[in-house]
This record gives sequence, structure tokens and C-alpha cells, in this order.
Amino acid sequence: MTHLLINYYEAASVILFGIGFMNLLLQNNLIKKFIGLNIMDTAVYLFLAAQGYITNRVAPILTHGIVDADYYINPVPAGLVLTGIVVSVSVTAFSLALVQRLYKHYGTLNMDEIMRLSREREGE
Amino acid sequence: MHKKNTFLQKLKAWVNGEDTLLHADEYIAKRKQPQPKQWLRSPSVEKIKSNRALYSFLCVLVAMVFITIMMVVVSELPTFGNASNPGNNEVMERYLEKGIEETGAINFVAGMILDYRAFDTFGESNVLFLAVICVLMLLRRDSKNISAAEEKEIAEDEALDAVDHKSILQVGAKYLSPVIILYGIYVILNGHLSPGGGFSGGSIVGGGLILYAAAFGHQSVQRFLNFRTFTWISVGCLLTYFACKSYSFFTGANHVGYTIPKGIPGHILSAGFILPLNICVGLIVACTMYGFYALFTKGDI
Repeated sequence: MTHLLINYYEAASVILFGIGFMNLLLQNNLIKKFIGLNIMDTAVYLFLAAQGYITNRVAPILTHGIVDADYYINPVPAGLVLTGIVVSVSVTAFSLALVQRLYKHYGTLNMDEIMRLSREREGE
Repeated sequence: MHKKNTFLQKLKAWVNGEDTLLHADEYIAKRKQPQPKQWLRSPSVEKIKSNRALYSFLCVLVAMVFITIMMVVVSELPTFGNASNPGNNEVMERYLEKGIEETGAINFVAGMILDYRAFDTFGESNVLFLAVICVLMLLRRDSKNISAAEEKEIAEDEALDAVDHKSILQVGAKYLSPVIILYGIYVILNGHLSPGGGFSGGSIVGGGLILYAAAFGHQSVQRFLNFRTFTWISVGCLLTYFACKSYSFFTGANHVGYTIPKGIPGHILSAGFILPLNICVGLIVACTMYGFYALFTKGDI
């Protein structure tokens, strides 16, 4: 339990991830579902950034001409977060485009309604 | 079939096989289809979803179980901010100690993502380009996927848009968008010297373009960025990136014979290929961001 309080960044990111997941399950509106997905993405960035941090060290950009691995924080998670952001932007844009097409076709954003309408049309 | 009373009639019927046929007909009509036994009835999603309270309760339960499992894992993770964590290994040491010597970039992250791991970044640029192409396929408006009612609606919108003065937005955009775009270019060009780089600078430039398009209409941006130039810039930048980073593969992996001058670390013209690669990535990202905006609002770049 005390370890959770020390690792509070990771704990907060896990809670954020759970909130996003719950949003994904509970919301019927498709756009709100993708907001939940983006909350989950943000939780992952927070987790990665927390993993790279080292206490009392500076950002990985040359300062005062010091070339020493014990002076800077870990630069690897920064690159991974960048990859995550790019993929998240692409996935969000693509899914919102699909949602727009669905809205044009069915006239609603409600997930259950869309499922019902598509089943009715299939049954015809 | 008439009733067979005498023995002879019955025998005749038996010889002709009428009896069996009759019974076969009856049997076929009456028999029950053998049904596969459903030992485990699968719970139907609709049935659970129709009970809103139960569904919400189950969702919260699943999420809580999920959070609990991950919390247990987090409580076993190494301490936050500890220098001896397993993630801070020799890879990080190599990047930080040899980074300036091998890549020439002062920003270690830029040196990492555009030199050591440049193919990863190439993949990211491709993902962005693919995303914008997919959105284009889904949302492009042309004569095939647009109805007369929609066309009328769009024409009405455009007429209203032309009448609307938008004075505050236009004055704001007039003074702000050049500054924003200039700042984005600064971030791109200083990617190897300061925080920033192609992705962040490209998004800033894209934001400036979006502001300009929102204030002055798409036509004003289309003067210099239509679909043709968009394709040329994106594909050209991807191919330039590919050509630049293939160099070290053509001359043998691990940068054998890698003789691109590194320059003096800290100067703007230094760090080998990192500056041109940053420019390529920045152009792709700026085009992509503006492309998303244009496709979602107008259905065309």
C-alpha cells in the first residue's frame, strides 16, 4: 500500500486507464466512446513518462556541456510516447471518419440504435 | 388409403410395400428433428443490455477488477524515480554518452528518434500518411456519394458563411497565424538543438493553417495547398526520408562508411541528416493536420 503511494504516478495512470475503459463500455454515443479511448491513450503516456523519470536529473538536452549518463533522465520513453501519440491521432481520425459515415447512413450516433437498424435492414 | 380388412388385402399391401410406405410418410411427418443439446446457454448481450442497471453494474465491476489487477502490478513495480531501475540500462547510457559524438544532435531525444531509431519514425510518418489517405477515402465528397439534399445543404452553408463577417476571428487570425506558423517553423528547425522537432513543430504549423482556413475560408488555403500539392509534399517527403535513411543501409548497416559531416554540435547546420529529416517529418505532419481539418469540415483538401 505504501508502495502505491510512492508510485502515485503509475497508480494515477492505472486509474485513468480504468476510467477510460469504463467510458468505453458504458457510453452509447460513439463519439463519447472514442473520448474514452483517448483517455486510455493518455493514461499510457503518463505511465511511460513516469517510467522514464529519475529524481534530481534534468531533461535529456545537453546543459552546461555535461556529457554524463548520470546527469540526464532516460530518453527512451520519450520516443515511445511520440510513437503512441502518432498512432492515437491516426486511430482517432480514422474512427471519427467512420462515425461520420455511420451517422450519414443511419442518422444516429447511438450504438444500440445502429445495431438494431442494421439488423432490421438485414432481415428485410 | 382405404382400410385393409381381409388377410389377403393385408398381405397384398405388405407385399407391395404400401404399409411401410404409409408408415414412412407418417414417420417423416411426425418425427422430431434431432436438436443439438445446449448444455451451456450463452448469455445474450441484448438481454443484459436491456437491463440498464445490471449492465452498468457489470461494466463498473469489470473495470474495477481490471483496475485492481493493474494496481497489484503497480505495487510490485520498482520505485518511481530510482536511478537503478531496470528500465535505465546500458541502452540509455549509450544514447546519452555517445549520442553527441555519433549523431551530432544536442537534443538526445532527437538524436535517438531520427538517427538510432530513424526507421521507427519513418513508420510513424507512414502511419500518419495512411491515416489521412483512409480518411480521404471515407469522407471525400464527389458526385457519387452525395445526394441532392446534401448538396443543397452545403450550398446553403457556404452562402451563410460568405455573408458572415467573422470580424474578430479574421483580425485575430490575420495577426496570429503568421506568428504561429513562424513559431512552428522555428520548432522544426531547432529540433536537434532544443525541445521540439518535426512532430511538435508540424502540429503547430498545421494549427496555424487551420486557424487561417477557419477565418478566411478554404479557398484562401487552396491557393497554395490543394490536393495536388498535398500529395506531392507528402509523398516527396516520405521518399526523401526513405532515401536519406537508406544511405546507411546501402553502405552496410551500423553506419559503416557513414561520412555525412556532423558539423559542430550546437550549430543550426549540424547533426548530419537530422535537420532535413525533421523538415520532412514536419511537412508531413503539417499537411496531415490540415488535411484532417479540411476533410472533416469540407470533405476535400
